[in-house]
Order: sequence, then structure tokens, then C-alpha cells
Amino acid sequence: MTRHNVSPYATVMDDSQLTGRPIVLAGAGPYGGDLEIDEPLVTGGKKWTDVDRDICMHAEQFPTKKWWIAFSVALTGLGVLVFALITLFYSGMGILGVNHPVGWGSFIINFVFWIGIGHAGTLISAVLFLFRQQWRTGINRAAEAMTLFAVACAGIFPVIHLGRPWFAYWLVPYPNARGPLWVNFNSPLAWDIFAISTYGLVSLVFWYIGLLPDLATMRDRATHPWRKAIYNAMSFGWNGSSRAWRHYESAYMVLAALATPLVFSVHTIVSFDFATSVMPGWHTTIFPPYFVIGAIFSGFAMVITLMTFMRGYFGMKNYITLNHMESMAKILMLTGMLVGFAYSTEFFMAWYSGSEWEGFVFKNRAFGPYGWAYAIMFTCNAIIPQVFWFKSMRRNTLVLFIVSILVNVGMWFERYVIVVTSLHRDFLPSSWGMYALTAWDYAFLIGSFGLFFTLFLLFVRFLPVVAISEVKGVMDPKVARSIPPRASAAPQEA
Amino acid sequence: MAIRGILGSFAREEDVVAATEAARERGLTILDVYTPYAVHGLDRAMGLEPSRLPWVCFLLGLAGAGLKVWFEYWASAVSWPVNVGGKPWNSLPAFVPITFEVMVLFAGVSTVVAFLWVAGLRPWRRARLPHPAVTDDRFVLLLAVTNAAIPVGSITQLLALHHALEIQERDFEEVP
Repeated sequence: MTRHNVSPYATVMDDSQLTGRPIVLAGAGPYGGDLEIDEPLVTGGKKWTDVDRDICMHAEQFPTKKWWIAFSVALTGLGVLVFALITLFYSGMGILGVNHPVGWGSFIINFVFWIGIGHAGTLISAVLFLFRQQWRTGINRAAEAMTLFAVACAGIFPVIHLGRPWFAYWLVPYPNARGPLWVNFNSPLAWDIFAISTYGLVSLVFWYIGLLPDLATMRDRATHPWRKAIYNAMSFGWNGSSRAWRHYESAYMVLAALATPLVFSVHTIVSFDFATSVMPGWHTTIFPPYFVIGAIFSGFAMVITLMTFMRGYFGMKNYITLNHMESMAKILMLTGMLVGFAYSTEFFMAWYSGSEWEGFVFKNRAFGPYGWAYAIMFTCNAIIPQVFWFKSMRRNTLVLFIVSILVNVGMWFERYVIVVTSLHRDFLPSSWGMYALTAWDYAFLIGSFGLFFTLFLLFVRFLPVVAISEVKGVMDPKVARSIPPRASAAPQEA
Repeated sequence: MAIRGILGSFAREEDVVAATEAARERGLTILDVYTPYAVHGLDRAMGLEPSRLPWVCFLLGLAGAGLKVWFEYWASAVSWPVNVGGKPWNSLPAFVPITFEVMVLFAGVSTVVAFLWVAGLRPWRRARLPHPAVTDDRFVLLLAVTNAAIPVGSITQLLALHHALEIQERDFEEVP
């Protein structure tokens, strides 16, 4: 093998030195040409042992003031949710804005919104894994945690939307004293139960399998006996054995291959809740891909929001670099354009189908009483992400942060537009109505964010926020190992 | 029964892979190799068969899907047929979404359970580490001293040739 005369420290860079372009080593390639190597995924010349310290640090020291401030804000939000839930159970659905004809209100909007947020985590952990995108290692742990917490938020809303949530277990087919009367397997609402619970459970085990080696690292770093005992219990006795790694890799691959169709199926089934109805504006075949791509779009926006915090507040700039942020910005722009394409296709089909009802609904959507919501949706989702055509914008964290927030606002309004505009104009003009959120609707929305951020901050506090073992695997070993490079070539066995 | 073993710790991935290959060529018993991250090619160097977990996934996924189709048919068409909008009781296309979800549920959860089983992992199991830094930045090769025809000196020599940082000979209660 030809040995190239490349400095082993060519890939030591700081976050601010990254350009998003390959490093060209003049004359270092085969036959004397240039050698292009990728910029490092981990910056700052980190060693493997530094990774352990940098990532476990947040769980090993007493939380910072910033964490307490963030946590108290989030906990207040969670308190709002609990208060709203108690009030809802005490007073009934009348405290909400739902009415006739708009029988689906903010609960369904929030449900679809949160389930959508979750999708990016699975996309990062499974789809990007299958596509061998190594930059995913920096963000996959936090993104998968985001998925779990988003599913937890989403799961609340269909249950409380039932009106009598204490009978929620009737949705599960179990042998019962009512016949037994089984659930209607032809109903998209029954499909939902299976889709969401499978998604939550498979995401959880996938996430936990990935955590095992890192929990073992935390256990081995722990000095306090209680801490050691807790992480020992959680790490299942992992000791880095190659026999275990072999099965781990296999299980990880299989789970990624399962999670990929799963993530597409979940939002497809959520879209079936709408698409199998006979409402103009809902009864369309474009709904499954439209919902899935919107979910990935909104989820990536949320990942960018969270990663901005992790870079800034938790000092993860060396692991979640500007190159990671740029890659996510590219996905955000691509999915944003696909969402914009879906909006346009819906309009085209409304006209092309020649259906009077369909045509009316879409004209009403864009120019009717909820035209303002449609304008917010279209601007935030289809137009604003276009700034990412410019590299300087993709690498500007302030722009990224603002756009990610606006995209999430836009995606919430997308669901608002879908749910409300199709319902508020019934087939009979005498049944027309309007819908407005009440203070309680807002309380549930704010409260769900409180729950989400409470869980996320606890995760940041107690668990490794970056996949340590996976990051170690993609680092340049010449830089990362604990001993300096040796002069001689690899040993030759006699 | 205690196992007499020789442990070599390495700082480089390529060293531990080369040492493992060399040990296997010599006919030494490789108890295990411990690494902080998944090292590709190590299973081949150790002469391990590929994991059979995908089969567990496939078979349990198939079983889950099959059971669910049967249950949906039985519940909707046999146990209590309910007329919903005049739709046929055994409307198979409508069973597809749940069947898919249950297949993924069975396949995914069974793969994880099987993984924990074959890897010998369970909650509260006390970790047995051959070296304190295997979850940090060390690669450890553990060889058994079983064959009297191969002297201990030649084993340590092999490890040293591959740049082992530490070489220890000690007894292990069981393979860590």
C-alpha cells in the first residue's frame, strides 16, 4: 500500500475554521495528484478520552444556572398542562374552541404537529444510518430523544380528544365483557393506536440499544457508588466485548431497516385519518407523502432549534459543528420545497379534478376568512427556507435558528389550515361556522411545549447527549488516540 | 474454574486487529476483544460467524404479521361480525396498516430481546471489565493460555510485536 505523506494533524480544526468544503492536500494523492479529504466531524483536535469527558460532563457536575433557568421555565409550562388537563376533566370539552361544524380543533392540530416533530429523529437515526451519512453521529442521540418526547406529547392529544379519556383503553382490542366487542379494524382511528404505540415503542428500544455503550462509559467514569450502581443497572453489564458488538451492529442495522418504513407508515396513517374521510380538501391521494415530507420538514426545524441550544448553552460546538448545521439546513430547504410543491399540487388538482367542492375549499383556504393562516403557512414553509440557497445563510446560526422557529410556526399553521378550513365551510351554507382558539386551547399548546422541554432538559442532565461510541468510530484515529503517531509502518508478521 | 489468560491492551484499532489475526493464525484461543466502539473487521479477524439476529427479526416479523391478519379476520368476520356501512367483514385491504405496524412491533422488539439474550446483557448485571479503559480509549485482546505447546513467552512476544501498551498474565473467574 502506498503511504501518503499526509500530516496526521491535517484534520485538526476548530469549529470556526470549518468551511463546509473538502480539505485539499496538494500533491498528496495517488500518482502525485491532489488529495481531497473531508473536514473532520469532530473539531478541536479531540481525543477519544476527551469525548467521554466533554459529553458526560453535563451529567456529572451540578447543573448550571442556565439549566435551572431553562428547567424552571419548562416546568412552569408543564404545570400549565397539568392545570389545563385537570380543568378539562373537571369541566368537560366545553372549555375548548371546538364547535359545530369545526369538531376537530387544536387537539388534532397539536397531535399531528408533535407526531411530525418526532419524525426527524427517526430519519436521522435510521434513514441517514442506512445511507451511511456519518455526520448523523453528532446529532442522532438528541434527535432520537426528541422523537420520544414528541411522541409523548402527541400521545396525550388524541386521548383527551376522545372526550371521555377514561375509556381510552377501549381502543385496544382485548377480550372484554362487552361481547367481546372488538375494535373496528377498518377505522383509521384504530390504525392510529397501533401506529403511534408501535412507533413509540420501537423508537424507545432503538434509542436504548444505542445508549448501552455510552451508559457503560458513564458507569466506568462514575466515582460515587450510587451513581455507579444506577448506571450499572442501566448499562446491562455492557463491557465492549466484540462478541456483543457484532450482535449490536446487526441489531442496529435491522432496527434501522425496520424504523425506516415505520416512520413513513406512521405519518401515512395519521394522514389516513383525514384522507379516508369524504371532506373536500382532505379526501386526496397526495396526503400520505405530503404529510410525511411535512413531518420531516418540521422535525428537522425542531432539531435545528435544539442543536442551536446545545451548541450555545451546553458547549457542544466541537461535536455539533457548523457543517452539521449546514447539512440540516440543506435538508430543511429540500423538504421545504417539497412541501411547497405539495401545496401547489393540491391547488392544481382542485382545479383539474373539476370538482366544485374541491375547488371551493381551496379558493376558500387561500382567500377566505382563514387566508391569513394560509399566508403564514405558505410564507414560513415554502418561501423563507429558500434563504438556504446561500452558503453564508446555511452557516449562520442566528439565521438558522430564526428560520427553524418560523418553520415550526408555519408547520403548526399548516395543520391549522388543513383541519379548520375544510370543516368551517360545511356542505350546506346554513351550517357554516368559524373556529377560534380559547385560552384553554393555548394552555394545552404551551403546556405541551412545557412537557417536551422538561423531558428534554432532564435528558440533557442525566444521559449522554451525543452518541459517544458512534462519534468515536467516525473520528480520525490519528488525532483521537491517546499516543502520538509512530514513524514506522504497520507491523509485518513474519 | 479459573481461566488463565493473557491480556494485551492497545491504543490503536489497527494494532488490535492485526494482533487478533496473528493470534488466530497461530492457533491461540481468543477469549474476546474489547473495544470502545464497534471496530469493523474485528469479527472476521476473530473468526466469528455473522450474527443471526436478522433471522430472528424476519421470523418474528412474519409471525407477528400472520397472527395479526388472522386475529383481525377472526375478530371482524367470525367472533362478532359488525356491519359498518355495508363493508365486507373480511375487508383485507383495510387490515394492511395494522398488520404492517404489528409486524414491525414484533420484529423490532424481538430483535432487541434476542440481542440482549445473545450478548448476555440484562438489567443489573454487574459489568466485568478486563481493563478499566475499554469503554474509554483502549482496545484489549484477551487470549487464553490453554495450549501447552505454545509457551506463554511467545504469546507475550506476539502482543509486544503488535505494540501492546500493557501485557498482563492473570486468572479470570470467567470470561468477562
